Amino acid sequence: MSSSNKLITWQKRLAPSPTMTVAVTVSSILLALLFGSVLLISTGFSPLEVYHDMFTGAYGSTYGLSETIVKAIPLMLAGLGVSIAFRMQLWNIGAEGQFYMGAFGASGLALAFPSWPGYILLPLMVVAGCAMGGLWALLSAVPKAKWNVNEVITTLMLNYVAILWVDYLVYGPWKDPQGHNFPLSARFSPGATLPAFGNTRVHLGLVFAIVAAAIIYLALRRTRWGFEIRVIGENSRAASYAGMNIRRNVLLAMFISGALAGLAGMSEVAGITHRIQHDISPGYGYTAVIIAWLAKLHPVAIVLVSVLFGGLIVGGYTVQTSGVPSATVYMLQGAILFFVLGSEIVTHYRIHFGRKEEE
Amino acid sequence: MSAPLVEMKNITKKFPGVIANSGANLVVQAGEIHALLGENGAGKSTLMSVLTGLYKPDEGDIYLSGEKIAFRSPKDAIKAGIGMVHQHFRLVAPFTVTENVALGLTGGFRINLDKLAKEISALSHDYGLQLDPEARIWQLSVGEQQRVEIIKLLYRKTKILILDEPTAVLTPQEAHDLYATLRRMAQEGCAVIFITHKLQEVMDAADTITILRGGCTIATMSKKDTDTKQLVQLMVGREIEHKSGVIGGEIKGNTILQIDSVHALNDKGLPALKDVSLSIAAGEIFGIAAVAGNGQRELAEVITGLRPYHSGSISVDGNPLKPNDPKASIDAGVSYVPDDRLGTGLVPNLDALDNLFLKDYRNPRWGRFLLKQGAFREHAAQLVKEFSVSMAALSNPVKMMSGGNLQKLLLAREISAAPRVLIAVYPVRGLDIGATESVHKLLMEQRAAGKAILLISEDLEELFLMADRIAVMYEGDIMGIIPKHEATVAELGFMMAGAKRREVGA
Repeated sequence: MSSSNKLITWQKRLAPSPTMTVAVTVSSILLALLFGSVLLISTGFSPLEVYHDMFTGAYGSTYGLSETIVKAIPLMLAGLGVSIAFRMQLWNIGAEGQFYMGAFGASGLALAFPSWPGYILLPLMVVAGCAMGGLWALLSAVPKAKWNVNEVITTLMLNYVAILWVDYLVYGPWKDPQGHNFPLSARFSPGATLPAFGNTRVHLGLVFAIVAAAIIYLALRRTRWGFEIRVIGENSRAASYAGMNIRRNVLLAMFISGALAGLAGMSEVAGITHRIQHDISPGYGYTAVIIAWLAKLHPVAIVLVSVLFGGLIVGGYTVQTSGVPSATVYMLQGAILFFVLGSEIVTHYRIHFGRKEEE
Repeated sequence: MSAPLVEMKNITKKFPGVIANSGANLVVQAGEIHALLGENGAGKSTLMSVLTGLYKPDEGDIYLSGEKIAFRSPKDAIKAGIGMVHQHFRLVAPFTVTENVALGLTGGFRINLDKLAKEISALSHDYGLQLDPEARIWQLSVGEQQRVEIIKLLYRKTKILILDEPTAVLTPQEAHDLYATLRRMAQEGCAVIFITHKLQEVMDAADTITILRGGCTIATMSKKDTDTKQLVQLMVGREIEHKSGVIGGEIKGNTILQIDSVHALNDKGLPALKDVSLSIAAGEIFGIAAVAGNGQRELAEVITGLRPYHSGSISVDGNPLKPNDPKASIDAGVSYVPDDRLGTGLVPNLDALDNLFLKDYRNPRWGRFLLKQGAFREHAAQLVKEFSVSMAALSNPVKMMSGGNLQKLLLAREISAAPRVLIAVYPVRGLDIGATESVHKLLMEQRAAGKAILLISEDLEELFLMADRIAVMYEGDIMGIIPKHEATVAELGFMMAGAKRREVGA
C-alpha cells in the first residue's frame, strides 16, 4: 500500500455551515480560557475567581458596561477599517498609525481654532481625522498599487513614524504649558468635545461606529463598489477579466480603511481624553486586526466582538486590583486568536477515519 | 543486445474521473536521446511522474536494465539514478550555483564548498555547460539556470535524465547548446528523455520518438524513419473526415474584428505575437490551430485587453479598440470564454448569481445606486433555464459545479451580453460528449446570429467541424489562412510544425 492510504485523513469541506462556524468559534474561546486558567493556576490565582471578577467588572454594572463600550468604540471603528482592506487581501497592519494620525489631524484643528462652535468644529475634526488616517494608509497603498511593495511592512513601519510624530508634538510644540511637564496637549475647548450619553463616558463615537457598520454592511452587499471588492478579494484575475480597475480599488479600499482608523483616533481624543497625549492608544489598532479576523470580516460581528474585547480590557483593569498582572489580558487575547484561527482546520476540513475509497 | 536502460510496460494510472495513462509503454536505450511527444493532456507528464517515483502506477511494471523495480517515493528513483529537470526550476535564488548543487547532497555533515566548486567547473567544462560556480542564481538567465539543474543531476551521477519541455524558455542559440550537452551525455551512456509537443525540437535533437495520445503509447520510431507530417498525424489522431454540408465556406457579412500587424510579448518578455493580421466577418467562425504555446493565448488576450501590444491595431466594427483595457473591450462588444475557466472566467468561491453578474453589474438597469438583487435573481434564473445549466441552487459557490455546467454558465454570461465578437479558447477542453455538443451548438447559434467568432483549439477535429476558415499559428506568426473546405490535416500539420503555406505549394 502506498503511503497515501493512511487510516486518518483530512478531507476538505466544500462549505462550512454557519452554525458549525459559530459553535466552533465559541468552543475555541472556551478552550482559550481553559488554556489561560492553566497559566493563572501556575501563578497562584484561582481562574474561576479571576474570570468571574473580570466578567462582573466588565458587564456586571452600568459603570462597567459603559466603560466596556468606551473601549469598544475605537476597536469597532478600527476593526471595520482593517476589515475593508482585508477583504481585498490587503494586509493593513497600520491601523495603529492611522489612528494616531487621525487623532493628530483632529487635534490640530481643535487646538488651532478653540473658539469655533461645535457644530462647525466637530464635523471638520471628523473630516480631518478621516483624511489624515486615509492619507497615512495611502502612503502604503500607492507603492503597493504601483510597484507591488509589500503593504504589511510599510503599514507596520509607518505605525512607528505616526506614534513618534505624535510623541514629538506632545513632548514639544503642543505641550500644555500648564501641564506640569506631562506629555499632553492643552485641553480642547467645549466646541471640540464629542457629546456623551447621560453621565457616562460613552460618546457620539458609538453612533459613528454603528452607522459605519451599517453602511459597510449595505455597501458590500448592495453596491457596485461592494461587488468589485468581493470579486477582487476572491480572484483578482477574474476581476481584471471583468474589466474592474484593481489599482483604483486598492487605493480606495486602503483610504477608507485608514479613514475609519483615523476616525477612531478622532473620536478618542474628542470623546474621551479631550486632548492629545502620549500613548493615546493602548494598541487599539493591533487589537482591531484580531477582532476583524475573529469576526470573519463581517461588519455586524465586528461590533459584537469589539464589545467582547472591550470587556476583556475593562475586566483586566478590574482584576489588577487583586494583583493579577495586566499582561494576563494580552495573554488571553493572544490565546483566543490562536485557538480561533487553529479551529479553522476543523471548520474547513473533516477528519476521515479509515481508508480512502479507491477511485 | 542487452536489456534497455528503461522499460515501462503497460503503465496505467487513473485519477478521479480521469485516466491519465492506460497501457502506456516506453523503452529507452542507454546512449540515446528519446523524445516523448504528445499534445497537452496526452499523459506525458504522468508517465514521467511514475518513472520518477512521484506516482505509483495502478497497473504495469518498470524495469531498469532488465531488473524489475517498484519505487515507493521519489527518493528511491533518485537513488536508482533517475533525475528530472522540471519546467519550473527548483533553485534557491539567493544561493550560489555551488550551494544549490550542495543542497540535498547526502553524506557527511560537513561540505567542502571549494572542492565542490572545482568539481562543478570540471563538469561544466566537460559537458560544454558554461557556468560560474560562484554566481548567484538570481543573476543568471533562464538558460543558465537550466544548466544549474543539469549540473545538479550530473553531479549526482544521474543515468536517466528527464527534461520537461526544456526549450520552452530558451532562445534558439541556448536550445542549440542544450542539444549539444544532451548529445554529450548520451555518448557517456546516459539515457536522455525529453517531454515536448514541439515537432521541430524532436527533429533537431531526438534519436528515437515515442508518441502518446490519450494516455496510450501510439508508436515508437526512430527519427530517420519518420517525418513531421507523420508525427502530426500520430499526435492528433486519424486523418479527419470532412463533415460537409454542415456549414458553407463562404463568408456572409461585413468585417467585424480587424487585427493589423499586432506585435506583443508573452509573460516572460519574449515575442509571442509577430506581425499578426486577420479579420473575421459577421457570421463567421475563424479557427486557430496551433500547438500550445505558439501565441494563440496571447492573441486572445490582446483582443480582450488583458495584455498590452506594442504595435499594430485592433478594431471592432471599424472602431479602434483601446489597448490593454479590458473594460474597453467589453464595452466594444468582445465576449471572452478563456481556457482557464475557474481561474480567470469565474470566481470559484462566489455563487452562480455573482458569477453571472461579473460583467453586467455595471448595467444601470440593475439600479442607480443600490443594486436590485431581486430583479437580477429573476434574470439569472431565466439565463440558467435558457442555457440549461444544472445546479443545486443559484446561491451555491460555483466551484461545486461540474466542468460542463461551469462552461455553460460562462457561455450564458458571455452570450447574454449580446457580443459583436466572441472569443472561445479551448471551449470544450475536459468536457464530456454531451457538454461538448451543447457548447458547439451554442457557438453555431451565435454564428447564425451574425457574430464574429474566434475559436482557438488544439483539436483539429473540432476546427474542421466548426470553423469557416482555419489559420495556423506557429511561434507567434500566422503561417497561413485556409478556407475549411480546402484544408487537409496533412497541410495543417505541416504548418503547425512551422512550414509557410506557400512552401507547401498549395
